[in-house]
Amino acid sequence: MKQKRQDLTLQIIVMILVVFGLITLGSTSAYNGQVRFGDSGYYFKKQLFAALLGLAAMFLISRMDYHLFARFAGAGYLLSLILSAAVLLVGDSYNGSKRWLSLGPLSFQPSEFAKPAVILFLAYTVGCRQKKQRGMLSLMMTIFMVLPIVGLVGTNNLSTAIIILGIAVVLAFVSNPRYLPFIWIGLTGIGFVGVFLGMEQYRLERLAIWRDPESYEKGFQTIQGLYAIGSGGLFGRGLGESIQKLGFVPEAQNDMIFSVICEELGLTGAILLLIVFLLMLWRFMVIAVHAPDLFGTLICAGIMGHIAIQVILNVAVVTNTIPNTGITLPFISYGGTSVLFLLAEMGLALSVSRWQK
Amino acid sequence: MLKTKIFHKKKVLTVFLVCAAVLIFLIFRLADLMLFESEYYAKKAQDLHERERDIKAARGEILDASGKVLAANRTVCTISVIHSQIEEPEEVIRVLSEKLEMEEEKIRARVEKRSSIERIKTNVSKEIGDQIRECDLAGVKVDEDYKRYYPFGSLASKVLGFTGSDNQGIIGLEVQYEEILKGTDGKILTLTDARGVELPEAGESRLEPIAGNTLKISLDANIQKFAEQAAEKVMEKKSADRVSILLMNPQNGEILAMTDVPEFDLNQPFTLNVDTTGMSGEEKQDALNQMWRNGCINDTYEPGSTFKIITASAGLEEGVVSLNDHFSCPGFKIVEDRKIRCHKVAGHGAETFVQGAQNSCNPVFIEIGLRLGVEKYYGYFQQFGLLNKTGIDLPGEASTIMHKMEDMGQVELATVSFGQSFQITPIQLASTVSSLINGGRRVTPHFGTAVYDSEGALIRKLEFPLGDRILSEETSKTLDYVLEQVVDGGSGKNAYLEGYHVGGKTATSETLPRSANRYISSFIGFAPADDPQVLGLCVIHNPQGVYYGGTIAAPVIREIFENILPYLGLEPEESSGQD
Repeated sequence: MKQKRQDLTLQIIVMILVVFGLITLGSTSAYNGQVRFGDSGYYFKKQLFAALLGLAAMFLISRMDYHLFARFAGAGYLLSLILSAAVLLVGDSYNGSKRWLSLGPLSFQPSEFAKPAVILFLAYTVGCRQKKQRGMLSLMMTIFMVLPIVGLVGTNNLSTAIIILGIAVVLAFVSNPRYLPFIWIGLTGIGFVGVFLGMEQYRLERLAIWRDPESYEKGFQTIQGLYAIGSGGLFGRGLGESIQKLGFVPEAQNDMIFSVICEELGLTGAILLLIVFLLMLWRFMVIAVHAPDLFGTLICAGIMGHIAIQVILNVAVVTNTIPNTGITLPFISYGGTSVLFLLAEMGLALSVSRWQK
Repeated sequence: MLKTKIFHKKKVLTVFLVCAAVLIFLIFRLADLMLFESEYYAKKAQDLHERERDIKAARGEILDASGKVLAANRTVCTISVIHSQIEEPEEVIRVLSEKLEMEEEKIRARVEKRSSIERIKTNVSKEIGDQIRECDLAGVKVDEDYKRYYPFGSLASKVLGFTGSDNQGIIGLEVQYEEILKGTDGKILTLTDARGVELPEAGESRLEPIAGNTLKISLDANIQKFAEQAAEKVMEKKSADRVSILLMNPQNGEILAMTDVPEFDLNQPFTLNVDTTGMSGEEKQDALNQMWRNGCINDTYEPGSTFKIITASAGLEEGVVSLNDHFSCPGFKIVEDRKIRCHKVAGHGAETFVQGAQNSCNPVFIEIGLRLGVEKYYGYFQQFGLLNKTGIDLPGEASTIMHKMEDMGQVELATVSFGQSFQITPIQLASTVSSLINGGRRVTPHFGTAVYDSEGALIRKLEFPLGDRILSEETSKTLDYVLEQVVDGGSGKNAYLEGYHVGGKTATSETLPRSANRYISSFIGFAPADDPQVLGLCVIHNPQGVYYGGTIAAPVIREIFENILPYLGLEPEESSGQD
């Protein structure tokens, strides 16, 4: 095991995404910032602050030996449980969801912290402690271990709970040599989702909206996103020229920001962005495969799962390929906590890349 | 620390490949949306972003025969404020209340209202609108608009008609020629954000309005004015309810004047000319409709003796009577079991057909009618075009009210022969007589003569070609002669005009119910009798005192002819009696 240089490609990709994300967010949120807070830079400034903080964290973490984190994996997971419980009791609401913890002028979204905490915790338990990984029992154990946090987060943020569960499944899949059980897990999952949807009328309505968004009032956000995407054509209106972001797409700077990117940069720009994300996933895979030990491999696999799930679900929602659920686009959607911890994760991956075999 | 095994690497690769596959699928989904469904969604988005503002097109003018403007447009302004663009609200309130002479409080309420656009006042004169625009206040909009304007006020009000608030014709020629006059509205397309605020950098696309075309009509303002004055004079003198006067060219059907006094002010068409106190909304509307009614075409009446022209034409054409046929009038005629009286109780005694026409003798015309018989008479009635509408280019023409042929007996035939027991419109009588005296070709009465574009270039002439022959030229000539005799020493002698050959026929009819003693006096005349160029019809409704058409209606036409014949270039012949 020898020290190598950090993965330069991944660094560049991260920088591209952060810079592109800030530019897009700045132009997309200007209208809403002006209308709501009388400051067109309102969202941009908060995001910039978080991004700078995140870049510092990334730099710091990438310089550290990732094995150090094994020691804190359990504590981190416990902390995320406490924070997620705290938010249920003393959290702040915004847009009807209780997801923020306030500390003076700063607000913090514990569910974002839960994602890297789960990745580290699972990588540690599987990679450092489990001797036998073949049995179904250890597989189940892996998934059962994250259920408390999934339950806590899922109380008021179903989408993030799904992401956390997804990360756990990816890590369980990687750590277990068998394939067949995962097909069963997948099918069971689909079955559960079906039962889950069928239990409540409003969830069925969500399905109906998905199939025909134009006929439902609640399909408004979806249809506005489609209008933006459709307006883009091959090359788009040009950077900053979106009209849909001017109050038509609700909260354009959040979950639906990809539709504004489509409107401004067209199919070409949208595909380029997805290719950048694909390249990023590829780097995670390369780092994971060349990691010196299972702990490093699983950290990178977990991060890859995390980014992949969010990008895929976000794009699928915006294009109305799946029913609407609130999932942000990593590095680009508005959200300070999200950017901070995403960059911290990038620091972890970069740290792993320095210890290649 | 555990080692990474081969299967771990394989699994990581598998995860990556699955994710890559899903991402590629999503790229295809995106391509589908952005290339193949793009048009659909982009169109919807465009509709959502675009705000349309109409630019009103100027309505075409109406010109009289000599080119005088009868209906024009006046520019008026609409003043609005856009809340989000106002920079100095106090200044805006001060200027607007001063210029528009409105209370500050009213304007303040609208200026401070959070709406995308708030209208302050409409129909503001152009001068005031320009003054407000010159103040250059941010957030204040001055939009120009057109309002119909009639320079002659009440002149030919029932013919021209007027327009409503949306500049659409409501009655008269304004309705009939709506398509020609209205023009095409333009549009201003602007892009807005979700709150409806226009995006200045997006620019605007304009679709310029196309002004309506100009309509030229045969009506002559001078002749019309004269006819209206004459009608008002006799209405006042005889305390009549209404007086209708029609002047037309019998050769081609062009109408020179049409009045049905009292007329109303076209610039205030909703102001009643009667006392409105205590009227319900419905009653007011009825009164308005009554005021707007054009008696010349919207109402029918019993024509009375003027209709003997039709009976004479049919009799002469069929050959059942000739000019020198002898008749005898004892003062009545018995038809079946009915004794139908002549207006001269003592009777006209022995008379020729021409004398019978001069005397307007009922028994003579009853006799002619009976000689023709129901079937033939009805055939001529139809042939002369009396069962159809005239086809005049005005809306709301009333139909003839006539017996069914199978219901007509000898008594009905006798009464129809001298113009009773059925009803026609004045325009129908004037058109039919025109067609009988002009050589025998049916004319279509009309106003429209040509259409010009807003620049004054001729687009097309309006054609109302002569219709079928309804009477032989020979009979038409004979008829002209007979009718000239009526004026030249007969019952129409009060229409005699020195230096002109005038033909005509008087009528006095009693309206239903007969017991009310209400009369309609009328006279139809034309000149020159040997080559008719002008035909005039005067109908006086419910005159007080003397009510004989020959006494009160004939002089009206005489006076009009005396003035308009020279005006039309028909100089009087040197009187033969001078040497």
